[in-house]
Amino acid sequence: MNGTNPISELAEREYRYGFVTDIESETIPRGLNERIIHLISEKKQEPGFLLQWRLRSYRHWLTMKEPTWAKVHYPPIDYQNIIYFSAPKQRAGPASLDDVDPELLKTYEKLGIPLREREALAGIAVDAVFDSVSVATTFKEKLAEMGIIFCSFSEAVREHPELVQRYLGSVVPATDNFFACLNSAVFSDGSFCYIPKGVRCPMELSTYFRINAADTGQFERTLIVADEGATVSYLEGCTAPRRDENQLHAAVVELVALDNATIKYSTVQNWYPGDREGKGGIYNFVTKRGKCAGTNSKISWTQVETGSAITWKYPSCILLGDNSVGEFYSVALTNNYQQADTGTKMIHIGKNTRSTILSKGISAGHGQNTYRGAVKILKGAAGARNYSQCDSLLLGDQCEAHTFPYVEVCNASSQLEHEASTSRIGEDQLFYCRQRGLSQEDAVGLIVNGFCREVFRELPMEFAVEAQKLLGVSLEGSVG
Amino acid sequence: MTEAAPNGAAMLEIRALRARVAGNEILRGIDLTVRRGEVHAIMGPNGSGKSTLAQVLAGRDTFEVTGGEVIYEGRNLLAMPPEERAREGIFLGFQYPVEIPGVSNMYLLKAGLNAIRRHRGLEELDAIDFLALVKQKMSLVQMEEALMNRSVNEGFSGGEKKRNEILQMAVLDPKLAVLDETDSGLDIDALRVVADGINALRGSDRAMILVTHYQRMLGYVVPDRVHVLSGGRILMSGGKELALELESRGYSWLEKDPAAGAARSTVQGGILR
Repeated sequence: MNGTNPISELAEREYRYGFVTDIESETIPRGLNERIIHLISEKKQEPGFLLQWRLRSYRHWLTMKEPTWAKVHYPPIDYQNIIYFSAPKQRAGPASLDDVDPELLKTYEKLGIPLREREALAGIAVDAVFDSVSVATTFKEKLAEMGIIFCSFSEAVREHPELVQRYLGSVVPATDNFFACLNSAVFSDGSFCYIPKGVRCPMELSTYFRINAADTGQFERTLIVADEGATVSYLEGCTAPRRDENQLHAAVVELVALDNATIKYSTVQNWYPGDREGKGGIYNFVTKRGKCAGTNSKISWTQVETGSAITWKYPSCILLGDNSVGEFYSVALTNNYQQADTGTKMIHIGKNTRSTILSKGISAGHGQNTYRGAVKILKGAAGARNYSQCDSLLLGDQCEAHTFPYVEVCNASSQLEHEASTSRIGEDQLFYCRQRGLSQEDAVGLIVNGFCREVFRELPMEFAVEAQKLLGVSLEGSVG
Repeated sequence: MTEAAPNGAAMLEIRALRARVAGNEILRGIDLTVRRGEVHAIMGPNGSGKSTLAQVLAGRDTFEVTGGEVIYEGRNLLAMPPEERAREGIFLGFQYPVEIPGVSNMYLLKAGLNAIRRHRGLEELDAIDFLALVKQKMSLVQMEEALMNRSVNEGFSGGEKKRNEILQMAVLDPKLAVLDETDSGLDIDALRVVADGINALRGSDRAMILVTHYQRMLGYVVPDRVHVLSGGRILMSGGKELALELESRGYSWLEKDPAAGAARSTVQGGILR
């Protein structure tokens, strides 16, 4: 995948990851009720506490209403018409990659994610989640030598139930919001990561999510705990086949950073965005939140959102520990009929907590792009500081950009800054680039990448390159 | 066009070119022939259409060509999109080089050069070879290396922007360079640096069109031909002395008495050269 000509990539007009893997899968009946939840829990041979947690979540979910405050529009979702569990047929929990169905390995290779460790990019350990289950995790032994736990969520439930019980729902409570609550009831798998005291994780950890089966929802959970003084950088990638129906992806990600711990979480989200007329695509309704529980802890979110028909996502930081730091760097692109309502919440609770928000929204075609962010300075957060910058770039005259920054300050010693800008891609900039020999589309890609540079430089190297290419492909034909 | 070409074949032939913007006709029938190795200066008062001509040649679509034709290296230039003109060897030095935040100067230039090289069937330069090439050319315009890593023209002084244009020209190695008021906004030292850079790039294979309002640039870069543009037409053409005459008498002299210009234009070759 690497080293191919960016021009020919640009010329590829279709979504590149839209293929379907022909693999036998095991699914459960459509719909949602307590029996289904028992079934999921049973399939995963879960301990009682988890089943009870699921059931409590489900019962609470029944009392909740789907949120309508986001600036997104979609027909009502029929939650009884979704299949809540789908897994490729194989022996439960493959012991090694040799047990993984070769079709699956091929799928990930096609996506540019080699799972064979000898072929894998050095320095990245991958957990591959296919539909509802994790199919492979690489470099596990090597990490285990340092005491790092990196495995599928199901395995964590079996092998490390005490850690799961302690931290599950500690950042995003089961009842937090409609979609998180649904996830708590039906989540199937995901990644789990624990970095012990004082350990600096030597490689990037990554989860690669793939939706394959039709009519299924994907409800995964990721839980990352960095113990005192630990450091970890985590990457997440996502793709799905091209289908005419919308598919729901309602994930939950929880991060916990204890004293002096640092977690960097990067996402390149490229779910199928729907076709040019807005048909199909993933509903990406995700709750991501990190808790800086300890003093001097730091959580940094970087996201590049180019896929999905609808994105509803606000990776946030609860800055509980004194001197803790929260960061949010975002590029959200909407082309054709994509809609994104995304941003962050920075909740300052501890003293001298600091946060930075840098959001770059790009709208093209009929895209709807909304930044929605909240900065809350609570009473005890003496000396808290926030800097927010929200920039929007418009390509074409049918798209829209919106910015909703909410600020709530309860401590007078805090300092907040907010900057925002909206600009249109300049005809003079395009002409300048073309006069130097660049094609119109390369020129757009170049200017847009320049607009996003401050965010891209927060991404790990390989991802930054990937993200730049992705923007070029996603913008294909948007200016003409 | 059967007349003998003094300096070899015509590279660019502009015939009866007309163009307008927002309904206003700016170019009203331009004729101009530029041969390989020649440097032409186009002078004229503000609003005469000088910059429009430069931009039309480069393919800017804010201007609508309403008549005439432009033949470049035997091909219909007006049918080519701007990037193809660039790849075929036309370079426009901008009067107001635009800023592109977040895009490094080096990156844009490398992308442009490699697009041009691909078009010409040459291998793309990798980062190392490109850097070596740029460093060599930077000395031409005494440009600081730090500018290469900054965003394109962002926060550049007026002089730095113009030097950057000349550097780009040196790297992209065009056949025909159209320099639109490259001298404007330069102090005397910067003017000399830029002019030296332009002179270093003169060659028997390259043609240049210098669009300028003042004569002072032409003191450093001595043109082969000087044309006076006014009201969208070339009123007069001559040798380098014409520039000096304009400097002392002003443009109004021509505009008041276009006949003087027309008359002069017919005898230009013999008298003024």
